[in-house]
Amino acid sequence: MVELLGYIISGLTVGFIYTLVGVGFTVIYNSSGIINFSQGEFVMVGGMSTVFLLYAGIPFGFAFILAIMITSIVGVVLYKLIDFSKDSSEISLIILTLGFAIFLRGLAQLIFDKQLHTMPSFVGEGAFEIAGSVITYQALLIMVVASAIVVGLYLFFKKTKSGQAMMAVSNNKDAAKLMGINTRKILMLNFVISAIIASIGGILLTPITSTNYEVGIMLGLKGFCAAIIGGLGTPFGAVAGGLLLGILESLVAGYISSEYKDAVAFVVLLAILFFMPGGIFGNLKAQRV
Amino acid sequence: MVGKLILRFVVSLFLFISLVQASETIKIGAIVAATGPASFLGDPELKTLQHYVDKINKEGGVNGKQIELIHYDTGANPKKAVTFVKRLINQDKVVAIIGPSTSGETMAIIKFVQRAKIPLMSMAGAVAIIDPVKKYVFKIVATDRMACEKVMEDLKNRSITNLALISGTGGFGKSMRKQCKLVAPKYGIDIVADETYGKKDSDMTSQLLKIKNNKKVQAVLNAGFGQGPAIVTKNYAQLHIKHPLYQSHGVASKKFIEIAGGASEGVKVVAPPVVVADKLSDNFPNKKVALEYKNEYEKAFNSQVSSFGGHAYDALYIVVDAIKRANSLDPRKIRDEIENTKNFEGVDGIVNLSPKDHLGLDTKTGMVLLEIKNGDWELAK
Repeated sequence: MVELLGYIISGLTVGFIYTLVGVGFTVIYNSSGIINFSQGEFVMVGGMSTVFLLYAGIPFGFAFILAIMITSIVGVVLYKLIDFSKDSSEISLIILTLGFAIFLRGLAQLIFDKQLHTMPSFVGEGAFEIAGSVITYQALLIMVVASAIVVGLYLFFKKTKSGQAMMAVSNNKDAAKLMGINTRKILMLNFVISAIIASIGGILLTPITSTNYEVGIMLGLKGFCAAIIGGLGTPFGAVAGGLLLGILESLVAGYISSEYKDAVAFVVLLAILFFMPGGIFGNLKAQRV
Repeated sequence: MVGKLILRFVVSLFLFISLVQASETIKIGAIVAATGPASFLGDPELKTLQHYVDKINKEGGVNGKQIELIHYDTGANPKKAVTFVKRLINQDKVVAIIGPSTSGETMAIIKFVQRAKIPLMSMAGAVAIIDPVKKYVFKIVATDRMACEKVMEDLKNRSITNLALISGTGGFGKSMRKQCKLVAPKYGIDIVADETYGKKDSDMTSQLLKIKNNKKVQAVLNAGFGQGPAIVTKNYAQLHIKHPLYQSHGVASKKFIEIAGGASEGVKVVAPPVVVADKLSDNFPNKKVALEYKNEYEKAFNSQVSSFGGHAYDALYIVVDAIKRANSLDPRKIRDEIENTKNFEGVDGIVNLSPKDHLGLDTKTGMVLLEIKNGDWELAK
């Protein structure tokens, strides 16, 4: 029993990491209906910028804010590209985000380098011990921040005017436009929010996983799985998906074999798509014909 | 009139031929991954080759002839390696080839050098390159099997018999895991746990927890390179696992200590001797050459030495020595002399090649066991 608890605790850390990345997917999907496959790269840009700003001697607080700003600019650039080709089909736009991801990886190799980098944990290297497993302070911080972001997003979408406007744009762009909503501004805001969430994730993750130019690939993929499993479009779905994925992976590694750990994400993904195509929390949207 | 013309023609022909002979060089080919994902191997290798070829030429060359290094950059792509090896053999007509940097590329070109009967001195790691022995294929670079053996020797000395493996699922981790399982019985060691992790995993607590809960485990060996081993080391410390932790030669660089931070204290790492050349005891057989190489490289390129450039040094000098002894530019004779290399003092260790062994390194000089203390390497006691 203690063993089981230990594995669940271990899975929580990874689960919240997936959640933090997955939430970013839901924001852009909510407004534009496209999946942003450069979400993982946003995370990378956030982490790498912070590391290199710290190398340059900039104090932590500033580095943090600057890195978030840099990532936001990257988000705006992606939005501009998508806006430029907005008459294309959603599939084309999704491919555009894939291309943008490859571009960002290349750019990171040129501007930064190909080495691994890390930074010290900013809440100390200590850890809580529970049932033979551990939760590091840094992981705890990730859990708190991820939860705060999810709750914040929920309130934003439900309670604020801008959030409601975003939902309106996502449901019916033309109708929203007729209601006097500036859809382009709303869409851009979404990309910026998504980039900010990703960069915060990148900064928080770096002390745990370390970072390099291609760290975004796997994070993006697992975050995407988390978002799909939970049901694209709801922040709470990303939490459920991320945690489910993290804990399942940990249990499989613990009780079956770590060989099969990476297959879990995709088996669960397939199962969800077969039996609950809208995800755990999602409700199926009417398909546009 | 016609006679005069013929005479002129003959004279100029002779002149031309003698000119060609005077400028005849020894053409050595090199295929390295100077850019791309394996550039951390190929870049120091190419720099080393160019630096030492210049040096040999300045000192008068080999048997009075200058060496011409013809090198191509594969970017670690086996298809390009095949193209370039064909070009080296058919167009450039080299007498020997050094490289490639990676095992995949080496395996891809073996059949071409075998067919053309040109000696190849690979700088890649896999045992498969020289086991079974192929007539024209040699390699430098300690294998992952040797790294396993080095760890198991140490375990045996400590009377530890139960080892847990945790390996990355990339090519390096997979191959080393296989080799370790293969040699373990020779040292009377039981592999009691065998965990893996993905190349880009962000947390290995679950796997380590399983090892921690396994009461039989006495020591843990991590096979892998990149960020994986650093995360394993961090998680290992967080979980307070008390067994000794061994890391492979895949992490034998300062970068590992930097990324794993305080958690790396006390971790044992198998490494090629050049990494700690200045700390080796004076009677370590190849200390002198390793230290000289380290100092010369660091002076010439103003960057920290890696074990990879050392492979290029050894490959070049084994080939050059063989050409000297063969006193001929016949690739077949050069091959025979490479195979006759005995007690060659290289950066990688003392090399003794034979018809049965085309690697010629042993665990005594080819690998050292280090322990991380105060953020730096120390020879393990």
